[in-house]
Amino acid sequence: MDVNAGKRLTRVLIAKIGLDGHNRGAQVVAHGLRQSGMEVIYTGIRQTPAAVARAAIQEDVDVIGISSMVGAHLAAVQKLMKELQKLKAADIPVIVGGIIPEEDYGALQAMGVSRIFPPGAEVREIVRYVHSLPEKGEGEP
Amino acid sequence: MDREEWKKLLSQDYQKRGRRKAVYHSESKIELADCYDPEELKKTGFDPDRDLGFPGTFPYTRGIYPAMYRADFWIMGQYAGFGNPEATNERFKYLLSKGQTALALALDLPTQLGIESDEEIAEGEVGKAGVAINTLRDMEEIFDGIPLSKPRQIFTTANGIGPIMLALFVALGKKQGLDPNQYSIVLQNDVLKEYVARGAYLFPPSPSLKFCIDAVEFCTRHIPRYKPIVICGSHMRQGGATAVQEIAFTLSNARAYIDEAISRGLPIDDFAPSMECQLSVPMNLFEEVAKYRAFRRMWARMLKERYGAQNPESLKCFIRVYTTGYTMTAVQPLNNIVRVTIEALGAILGGAQSLSCNAMDEVLSIPTQEAAHVALMTQHILAQETGIPDVVDPLGGSYYIESLTNELEKRSLALMEQIQKKGGAQKAIEEGFYQMLSRQSASEYQQEIEKGERIIVGVNQFREEREKVKIDSFKVEEGIREKVIEKLKRARTERNPEEVEKALRRLDREVRLGKNSVPALIDCALAYATISEMSQVLGKIWGFYREEAKWM
Repeated sequence: MDVNAGKRLTRVLIAKIGLDGHNRGAQVVAHGLRQSGMEVIYTGIRQTPAAVARAAIQEDVDVIGISSMVGAHLAAVQKLMKELQKLKAADIPVIVGGIIPEEDYGALQAMGVSRIFPPGAEVREIVRYVHSLPEKGEGEP
Repeated sequence: MDREEWKKLLSQDYQKRGRRKAVYHSESKIELADCYDPEELKKTGFDPDRDLGFPGTFPYTRGIYPAMYRADFWIMGQYAGFGNPEATNERFKYLLSKGQTALALALDLPTQLGIESDEEIAEGEVGKAGVAINTLRDMEEIFDGIPLSKPRQIFTTANGIGPIMLALFVALGKKQGLDPNQYSIVLQNDVLKEYVARGAYLFPPSPSLKFCIDAVEFCTRHIPRYKPIVICGSHMRQGGATAVQEIAFTLSNARAYIDEAISRGLPIDDFAPSMECQLSVPMNLFEEVAKYRAFRRMWARMLKERYGAQNPESLKCFIRVYTTGYTMTAVQPLNNIVRVTIEALGAILGGAQSLSCNAMDEVLSIPTQEAAHVALMTQHILAQETGIPDVVDPLGGSYYIESLTNELEKRSLALMEQIQKKGGAQKAIEEGFYQMLSRQSASEYQQEIEKGERIIVGVNQFREEREKVKIDSFKVEEGIREKVIEKLKRARTERNPEEVEKALRRLDREVRLGKNSVPALIDCALAYATISEMSQVLGKIWGFYREEAKWM
């Protein structure tokens, strides 16, 4: 018997915030997560942090993945975190991938980013990481 | 020895020494023969008179000029962007003093998207990917002391706002007292590919396509020296498309533009000579060489057979090439110099007219001066030290290259046919057909890397386990945005608000009447309306396009 039968699939929101139009990475990751059996929503490019936070809640996702290629990650993630707090959804883990200088890792982690995937990261690494996250509701009183 | 005997020897060799792969194929999944010979070539239906001809003659497979690089090297154009208008002006003056003959004006993202520098969403982007331009005032400053007629050519990447950039250049020329036929502007102005890759669109595809052709129509009728459109495959390729898809998407987009221009009553031979194409060049060397040869031939045949073009200039496809971003690795970045060299070699063996080489560190940051220098010198080394440019189409006649060229043409034509069945490029893009194919190709590419079927040196083999990737931080020079905003505010107070209002109203009226937007846009530019104000008028009529979130 399939032990996963009836179990809710992991839901992931892959988003691009700001004006950056480079979408290859975001789409390849979204596609890879989908193929690994997760439910994935890709927001498309040029989203605002508020729209991403709203979509995350509306779609009841377990993880938010932000793809950033032109260096706007610090401002984008900071605003996203604020929006999530406003909507009382700061518990949704946020992961970030793309061209992120190492000197920004600390700042992103301090904002609450749970993991950063640099260029060359493999999709299966991301899959493994998402599966390793505690399931929704786990650990809550 | 005959062929059959050799085949026996071949299989003995495989038995004795093994084979690296069960099946060998090109990047576009064309299965490759063990070795190409007259018989392999015959299988592709090769006919030298029909498929090759001489260089500089129909169907231009061997190049668009009879003497190619024996007469002159390709144009070595390096792309670069600089924060604010003053910095760009300084840089341009420096480049011209060093003998550079063509200038590339890179625009920052807010400018490309019709967003004013002081809008919130522009934060962190002003002056980053290129220069920030809000009004004609910025253009005046960028070209202060540089008559537009001084460089041989000025190239710019406006796409969604293509005709607005055209209007700004025409207005600037007027201010400088120049006749627009005294200088040459090249606009990228290819909006269709923006919905597939790159993402710098403003309006929905249908009005955007017509908007692009406003520039083509205006230039054809009034400023034949401008190049109003460069149809690009390179970005779609970077976004995941294979060589076959790159050819088919680009030529299908070209068809959409040409059909729209013809529907305005423009004779094909009046505007086709001003169209150029831009393609990418990833690492699969021979397929890339064959791609350029197939592309030129398909362009020439399409223009002649489908559109009845008579002017040889219409049939010659001027090809601009950019080396590729996705083949570069963040690890062991010095290896990227080798990759860029091989890609540049592909472009030259393929007969490109203009080439821009990526810097080895572009995958990590805006290039350093040293890396940008190596990229340019790579071109000079290929030109001066290798002898490669000394013979026209050096690979022409190779059994392998000619077979690949024919096979690429055949497969690309089949895909073009599929696109036509969907109602042409615009419809196929609206329904996400290009996007789906590119995404599939990009995902396959990634899976091949993860399965170890595709080796990327330094990434999935020959890794330096302790290596740390050194990505530079992307700090825009302090205070650039403030300077740009201050100037924007000044431009707003110095202009005559009634004139701006009147020009914007004229734009609204003429576009609603279905007239060409460019004359009204020139009025707007001369009145110092901002790019955003012009875009807003158009967006109120056409709507703004937003990509929908989708379940994968």
